[in-house]
Amino acid sequence: MKVDKSLKNLTLWLLFIPTVLLILGVLDGLLQVLFRAGWIQNTEALGIEYYQGLTLHGVINAIVFTTFFAVAFGNALIWYALKKPINLKVAWLSFWLMVIGVVFAAYAMLTGQASVLYTFYPPMKAHPLFYLGLALAVVGSWVAFWNWIPVYLQWRRENPGQKTPLAVVGIFATFIVWQIATIPVAVEVLFMLFPWSMGWTDSVNVMLARTLFWFFGHPLVYFWLLPAYVMYYTMLPKLTGGKLYSDWAGRLVFMLFIVFSIPVGTHHQYADPGIGSEWKFLHAVFTFAVALPSLITAFTIAASLEYAGRKNGATGTFGWMAKLPWFDTNRWLVPYLLVGLIIFIFGGISGIVNASYNLNLLVHNTSWIPGHFHLTVAGPVFLAFLGMSLYMVSKMTGKPVQLKGFATIVPYLWMIGLFTFSTGMMRGGLHGEPRRTNLGLTYLNPDSPFYRPEWEPYVIITAIGGILMFTAVTIYFITFFATFFSSAKEEAKLEFPLSEAYHEGPVKALANFKPWVTIAVVLIVLSYIPVIYDVLRSTTRSAPPYDPHNPAPLVQEEEEYYDEDFEEEEFEDEESAVIGEDEATNTEESATESSSDETQQTGAE
Amino acid sequence: MDRAEKQALAWSIGILVLFMAAIVAAISGWGITVPDCITDVEPFEEGQLIQHDDLHYELQMVAHMWYFNPGQIELPVGATLDIYLTSADVVHGLHIDKTDINMMAIPGQISYLRVKFDEPGTYHFLCHEYCGIAHHTMAGSIVVKSPEEFQPEDMGADEALNGAAGETEEELGNES
Ligand code: HEM
Ligand SMILES: [Cu+2]
Ligand SMILES: [Cu+2]
Repeated sequence: MKVDKSLKNLTLWLLFIPTVLLILGVLDGLLQVLFRAGWIQNTEALGIEYYQGLTLHGVINAIVFTTFFAVAFGNALIWYALKKPINLKVAWLSFWLMVIGVVFAAYAMLTGQASVLYTFYPPMKAHPLFYLGLALAVVGSWVAFWNWIPVYLQWRRENPGQKTPLAVVGIFATFIVWQIATIPVAVEVLFMLFPWSMGWTDSVNVMLARTLFWFFGHPLVYFWLLPAYVMYYTMLPKLTGGKLYSDWAGRLVFMLFIVFSIPVGTHHQYADPGIGSEWKFLHAVFTFAVALPSLITAFTIAASLEYAGRKNGATGTFGWMAKLPWFDTNRWLVPYLLVGLIIFIFGGISGIVNASYNLNLLVHNTSWIPGHFHLTVAGPVFLAFLGMSLYMVSKMTGKPVQLKGFATIVPYLWMIGLFTFSTGMMRGGLHGEPRRTNLGLTYLNPDSPFYRPEWEPYVIITAIGGILMFTAVTIYFITFFATFFSSAKEEAKLEFPLSEAYHEGPVKALANFKPWVTIAVVLIVLSYIPVIYDVLRSTTRSAPPYDPHNPAPLVQEEEEYYDEDFEEEEFEDEESAVIGEDEATNTEESATESSSDETQQTGAE
Repeated sequence: MDRAEKQALAWSIGILVLFMAAIVAAISGWGITVPDCITDVEPFEEGQLIQHDDLHYELQMVAHMWYFNPGQIELPVGATLDIYLTSADVVHGLHIDKTDINMMAIPGQISYLRVKFDEPGTYHFLCHEYCGIAHHTMAGSIVVKSPEEFQPEDMGADEALNGAAGETEEELGNES
């Protein structure tokens, strides 16, 4: 199919911008492993402070890169699969909203005014442009989605009784999940954090904000994963020379994701107070339910690959594995998907550990967690997005991929690095190594009183893995930009390698999104009403904003406590009962002093 | 659905049900549970360790940017510790090494977990949620001592201990 010129430009920009930002994003990743190993013992490197870099790393890699890619992929795939143009004016509008949003957020982060990490938990406060920027980027992605709906509806009208192409079902499932899930975070950002960061309100309910964030945070991971699933179901079979084993299973899986992706968010809050453990348990049950579509996928994709292997002449039980085009440089896209699947086995297993309610206490907020999710978002998701970005650039410009050998080995090198990295992170995590921590300054510094020598082997393994990952992605950048800036040799095309199905199966119940979206909304309401109720009834005060660099609040609270003499006395009494007070460490003592100074100041005001 | 698909589905559901059963066994059999929603404990702003009886202690822990109050704690072997955790400023975390204690300190909230120390030794604890520029300096330790080494009279007047225990016993009662 001939590619529309404006669609081509739009897609190239949507892929070029995040790929350039990604250079900074993965450089931060490299620095993090060096900081954590204690090889860089500093608060900053290359002018980037640790937590500022970690914010950039999370926002660029996990939010900007993924969202831009999903929109670019959706625009092109909807157009190609339905053979119908999308409204390009609206598509460009969505692009500009996203770009302006990213510029705002980048300004806040790069100037060090938003070192709050990609989860931006209050009461740590970022520059208002950070919140505004993220909100604009999300709204931009909504506009892109809304733009596909009339195209889809028109196609349905013109093709009554025909099955919607599976690729379109998958992309719609992705963005339906995204649309529903971004509403709570939009509420958090626009009604709670933005006005508060502007100084229009004094305080926020921290627990409520967190809960709204994770209402969005888990479906976010499916927003990353589902475009990769679209490639596994609708493209990988064709690329390996086979067929999709079951079209029906694919449709069922996408619908199950719509149903179960969202009512599970408190599995990120097992260690939080303020939410009844029975509701956490309910979310754990739903989380296990959402593992089901992934297990079905593992079966269906493996069966499709086996079919392909046998068609290529494989015999025996496992012979088909050897017959897959692992190293065929003319089919360089295949390893980006196949290797991702291998990585995802481990990502999935470790994810089930995290989801397991009380077992989560073993791993929560330890380095196990980033060890786990690099096996998902920086594994199958990242590789699929890298591969497909290169594929789309090459097809739409008619520029053959340069350095195909390089392009082919990237996934393998990445996998080796990633497995090393995650081994170190996860093993360290089981021994209590924390995430989100500049370890090199204290815990991995032999001169510090906090030194924890038992973590040395794990941070070293992690660092070696991180260096290999960085090398792999550098090779990718070389091929990507070499291809991008080469000259066109072939006809520019809008084309995706869409597969046929082996089994078709019944689709009646799977033909419409409506019933599934309805079930999803019902489950969300049922599972979140009690959670929000608990949060509200257990919160005793809301919190003023804080700058991450300063322990004093940015807005002084009215003195509401201990204004009665009687209470003050009682408070003194209790103090004498404190055991081991005089044994407090020096840091603690001085810190306590400075905090009591503050109290005096506020008292004087 | 063909036969292979049915089998795969049955296995998948079977495995998930088995895992869920293991979780339920860990909750009901060993009592390993996660923090709950607490509404009946008076908010506190100063950290303190309160002794209720020989081997039953209560810790009211306040997380600050960037220290725990209290930061050093001594306990006798076999002590059961009821931990109440809150934050005076931003979100913090508490992870005690070699135990199941892993919880969040959130302003406006009180978090509760119980732990028993059966082995003597030093239990490091640290903040594992990013809480600002010096987050990596926020740590402390619990030293668990054998009965011979543990001398509580070194550390505070006995009457004061009993007085404090008397006051908070009621709170504990309310809670269960
Ligand atoms: C060279 C490659 C990479 C390296 C060496 C790397 C390394 C790391 C490390 C060490 C952390 C934990 C830091 C800490 O908790 O203190 C981390 C966090 C993270 N990484 Fe990566 N990473 C890489 C690539 C990626 C990619 C490709 C993605 C996503 C597509 C990604 C997403 C994340 C996210 C979301 C976090 C969590 C940030 C937070 O806790 O706020 N990383 N990374
Ligand atoms: Cu999740
Ligand atoms: Cu901290």
